[in-house]
Amino acid sequence: MNIKNLADLRRIKEQVKSETSSRRENETQIIVGMGTCGIAAGARAVMMAVLDEVTKRSLRNVSVMQTGCIGMCQKEPLVDVVRPGEPRITYGNVKPEDIPRIVSDHLVNGRVVSDLVVARL
Amino acid sequence: MSDITVPAVNLTIDGQKVSVPGNFTILEAAREIGVHIPHLCYHPDLSREGNCRVCVVELKGARSLVASCVYLVADGMEVHTNTPWVRETRKTVIELMLANHPEDCLFCVKNQRCELQALAAEVGVRQIRFRGEKRKAEKDTDNPAIVRDPEKCILCTRCVRVCSERQGLDVYTSTNRGFDSIVGPAFGLGLDKVACSFCGQCTSVCPTAALTEKDDTHEVWDALADPEKYVVVQTAPSVRVALGEEFGMKSGGIVTGRMVAALRRMGFDKVFDTDFAADMTIMEEGHELLHRIRTGGVLPMMTSCSPGWVNFVETLYPEILPHLSSAKSPQQMFGVTVKTYFAEREKIDPAKIVSVSIMPCTAKKWEARRPQFDDSGYRDVDIVITTRELARMIKQASIDFAALPEEDYDAPMGISTGGGQIFGATGGVMEAALRTAYEVHTGRKLDNVDFCEVRGLQGIKESQVDFGNGLILRVAVAHTLRNARKLVEKIRAGDADYHFIEIMACPGGCIAGGGQPYPIDNDVRAARMKSMYDIDVQKTYRKSHENPAIIELYDTWMGKPLGERAHHLLHTRFAPQERLK
Amino acid sequence: MEKLARAHVLVCGGTGCSSSGSKIIIPALREKLQAKGMEDEVRVVETGCHGLCEMGPLVIVYPEGVFYVRVKPEDVDEIVETHLVKGRTITRLLYREATTLETVPGYDKIAFYKKQKRYALANCGHINPESLEEYIGADGYEGLAKALDMTPEAVIEEIKASGLRGRGGGGFPTGLKWQFTRAASGDKKYVICNADEGDPGAFMDRSVLEGDPHRIIEGMAVCGYAIGSDEGYIYCRAEYPLAIKRLRNAIAQAREAGLLGEGILSGKFNFDLHIKEGAGAFVCGEETALMASIEGRRGMPRPRPPFPANSGLWGKPTNINNVETFANVPSIMRDGAGYFASQGTETSKGTKVFALTGKINNTGLAEVPMGITMREIIYEIGGGISDGRNFKAVQIGGPSGGCLPESLLDLPIDYESLTRAGAMMGSGGLVVMDETTCMVDVARYFLNFTQDESCGKCTPCREGTKRMLEILNRICEGMGKEEDIPLLENLAKSIKGASLCALGQTAPNPVLSTLSFFRDEYEAHIREHRCPAGACAALIGYTITDKCRGCGLCKKACPAGAISGETKNVHVIDKKTCVRCGECQAKCPFNAIDKS
Repeated sequence: MNIKNLADLRRIKEQVKSETSSRRENETQIIVGMGTCGIAAGARAVMMAVLDEVTKRSLRNVSVMQTGCIGMCQKEPLVDVVRPGEPRITYGNVKPEDIPRIVSDHLVNGRVVSDLVVARL
Repeated sequence: MSDITVPAVNLTIDGQKVSVPGNFTILEAAREIGVHIPHLCYHPDLSREGNCRVCVVELKGARSLVASCVYLVADGMEVHTNTPWVRETRKTVIELMLANHPEDCLFCVKNQRCELQALAAEVGVRQIRFRGEKRKAEKDTDNPAIVRDPEKCILCTRCVRVCSERQGLDVYTSTNRGFDSIVGPAFGLGLDKVACSFCGQCTSVCPTAALTEKDDTHEVWDALADPEKYVVVQTAPSVRVALGEEFGMKSGGIVTGRMVAALRRMGFDKVFDTDFAADMTIMEEGHELLHRIRTGGVLPMMTSCSPGWVNFVETLYPEILPHLSSAKSPQQMFGVTVKTYFAEREKIDPAKIVSVSIMPCTAKKWEARRPQFDDSGYRDVDIVITTRELARMIKQASIDFAALPEEDYDAPMGISTGGGQIFGATGGVMEAALRTAYEVHTGRKLDNVDFCEVRGLQGIKESQVDFGNGLILRVAVAHTLRNARKLVEKIRAGDADYHFIEIMACPGGCIAGGGQPYPIDNDVRAARMKSMYDIDVQKTYRKSHENPAIIELYDTWMGKPLGERAHHLLHTRFAPQERLK
Repeated sequence: MEKLARAHVLVCGGTGCSSSGSKIIIPALREKLQAKGMEDEVRVVETGCHGLCEMGPLVIVYPEGVFYVRVKPEDVDEIVETHLVKGRTITRLLYREATTLETVPGYDKIAFYKKQKRYALANCGHINPESLEEYIGADGYEGLAKALDMTPEAVIEEIKASGLRGRGGGGFPTGLKWQFTRAASGDKKYVICNADEGDPGAFMDRSVLEGDPHRIIEGMAVCGYAIGSDEGYIYCRAEYPLAIKRLRNAIAQAREAGLLGEGILSGKFNFDLHIKEGAGAFVCGEETALMASIEGRRGMPRPRPPFPANSGLWGKPTNINNVETFANVPSIMRDGAGYFASQGTETSKGTKVFALTGKINNTGLAEVPMGITMREIIYEIGGGISDGRNFKAVQIGGPSGGCLPESLLDLPIDYESLTRAGAMMGSGGLVVMDETTCMVDVARYFLNFTQDESCGKCTPCREGTKRMLEILNRICEGMGKEEDIPLLENLAKSIKGASLCALGQTAPNPVLSTLSFFRDEYEAHIREHRCPAGACAALIGYTITDKCRGCGLCKKACPAGAISGETKNVHVIDKKTCVRCGECQAKCPFNAIDKS
């Protein structure tokens, strides 16, 4: 690595900031339910899909979080999307292949993926 | 002291205006207007350390006091040297030194000559309020020249500085830390185990009795009191221009006659002069030089009459020993001659002769004890005392020195020339050698015997003398071992294109030797040096080979210079010394 | 591109947390994550010090920012299983406020951090100190890049405008110091970073060096550019092996990246750094002694002037600043002087890092804005006095500082106010004492330190501190005399006035300040042979009252065999044999042993 100027520094900075974005609690969050029920229903595969998608799209300022059981075990795996100033949307029975849609339509572009929604808070 | 090219600054000291060059310290500026600031670790010859803190003064605007010996003047500075804060602090600092110092002042060898004692009196210390632990350390008495008593050391580091800055030897160093600090040789070794030259410069700058010459006065008194002994004394050339200072006379005062009178009153059977032996040394050394030049011997030849220098070479540069003249020093030539020639002539049993020498030098005590110096069949020189010890003996004998008449040395070994006399100043041996070597070599009479180029306090002096027949004698003179080392390194590098080099270990030569009265600075050196040349000018004979007593000695007994008897009695060998370098 | 890790687990690898076990936790975490197949999903990062060392080892889990304290290797399974897999916070590992005893989940909500303004310490604990990229990710080297676009004079003006003053103790204006060194004539100039942190209990410099080494390199490079120097030294005590290792690593990275060496940031500025390890002598923190030590000579100070700005390392103009001073430089250059200058008081700008120790609940490092009161530091950040005892004094400024009483707790902290009060900013040591601390003993402790660390060069410090210590020992042993107090004052004045360097000039401060605020304690020792705090062993005694039931526990506990008595009878302590260790009192189940 050879750093020649301020622009080089800023480029590295942006890259590092995205890599370390999980060290901040961002206002935009995607939360996977990881209670025993969620894990049994395949939440880990969903979580991995979320991480792949977020990495692929180089999304910064997004926190991938997990939560315990929220009491809708029959609909697990559950995935919540939180965008600043908007209601929290919960998707149910999420499969890994649903994730690209949730991320691109909702997380990035703000269009709720209506067919998967189980709750709006 | 000052460089006139440095712009002047204006300041006030105790309300008096003073204008001095900007590189002056406050202490120096104060001296200009007659303001005396007590000081202790400061020494005019040495770098400025500012560690004792006795010379502190108040500086307007400064948070703490400043050490005037290191603090440089600046424009508009307002200095106060005599405020309650300053007086109280100065007194406390000295009291703190005394609190960690043996309280044996009345019996101390430095009593009334001690700078700490004088300062305590000056600032009015009347009690020591601090009673506690004192430094415990063993005395070093393992060598015949210098006694080191670390319990009396106040850590001013003058010895560290003189040994390093003047002599380049770094024998002394600070060891341990804080209250446990001790100044001394590394690893707690004795001076005889390290590269000490025994030059004694440390004893001459030490303000207390932490470093002193080994006192041999008792041995002299014992010999004088023994009716069976025949006690002869020799006095080195530079003793007579310094001894007077011990009796309150001005620096460089010539007291030859009174010194001789004092020695007679003390009971010496014969009072002789090392100057006589110095003339002998010139005979031998001068001929040796010419012999080396003629026969392609090792050049440059270097003098070997300074025992500090000889120790230096034997310890640190044994590979250049072949450059040293094999001629013994005047002290040792005298010693061997008095127990042979003189004893025969006067029909005295040499076994009964006690040969005492008065020297400006501590290393001479070491030299006299070298095993090889018994060519007379006896110890050639029995006891060596320094100028300072002689002064003490004169006082102990209740002799009123100032009131003494002037007396002459005894014949024949008290007869000398100006050449022998100037031996005690840097350049003097060279000048005396040139006076004789020129006439011996060329057979022509020297018009002007003054070789001024080799005189003076410059560290290394060089000169050339045209000896005719294509021989231009190139010579160099160095004093202090630091300067000597430069010439040695030149020899080692093959760059020393000289025939003859004179080395004296002490700054200025023997006139400021390690056994001389103190304090010594360059003014004192200059005054003593001037007296050496004044005596030279007044002498009937100024060339060693013209000394009638020397001529008689060689004609009637010794034979030729470098001859068989001379070779046996007046020449020696040097050998490496194994010590921690 | 590396796969995004959804969670980062930051484990403190500072010296404090390492010594309490974080070195075992890191591999254990990695192993457990691997076993769970989560090594790509969760990243474990070793960071520098967070400051709350008392609570170490510290583990912070992001993105939630949950702050776990005193984590043990056996907690690792639970952190992975419960928190990282299931997303549940582990309550029992959370930090608990000392004052309210409530658990606090988040870093930012902890009182210890709330009042802090972490400026010099901004990155400590938040980035991987062995990663140049992470430093750059935290805006690193932007200050240097900006400085190189300015003239050296403008850089110096910026530092002057910030109001930054030396954080090592003296408080000399940093910009002015740089200006003097720039103005000094000479082709060769040096920059030195004084990392010889020597005050007992102080570790702010160590934390910065361990937690954010590039910040120091950047600060020094800016200084080098400003004063016209191409070479610098970091003088760091060898007792800081981790700091030295991280510095070496950082210097190598910076060279590799073209941030040190020839033509920095492809411009004309050359600057390189060396590390010089010192042996940790306290006096080597004094700048002239430090330079002597770098030169390979005995670490002893020399009189100033000449100041290092004119004649420093090897006689060349040299600028010396301490670690924390340099640590402030990059942000000042990056953000401009304004923010820094807006913090603090009229004469003391910015923030200061303090090392809180002593009888206080939250010990550790705290960076606070200048002007904050001692009370805020002790009670809000420090969580108050431990064990419910009462505050007695706070010692500020290390061995050169002074002890301030309760009446001065509302003093806003800045250089001038502390000096006026008889203490000093020093490097930022802050030792809190409670009612069980004897102030004569405290003075003795610090004097013992300075006496031991005196280099021995100048008379007042070498001899004077020894005598002061002897007097204090005497007083603590009940052998003090009435004239000892004026004698101490007289000695103190001479030592302060006449010592060669700051070590000696400030050594009497702990004695003078305790004499001025707690004189009654000295008098009690001398006149009544009594230690009011009950701390001086020679002046206390234990007696057994008639509450004694003769159980014999005290007799068993006594190491000196000073207690006698038959079972079920009242026991007796022989005063002559008693060593006053207090073991008997601690063991007595009936509260029957009195200390007096």
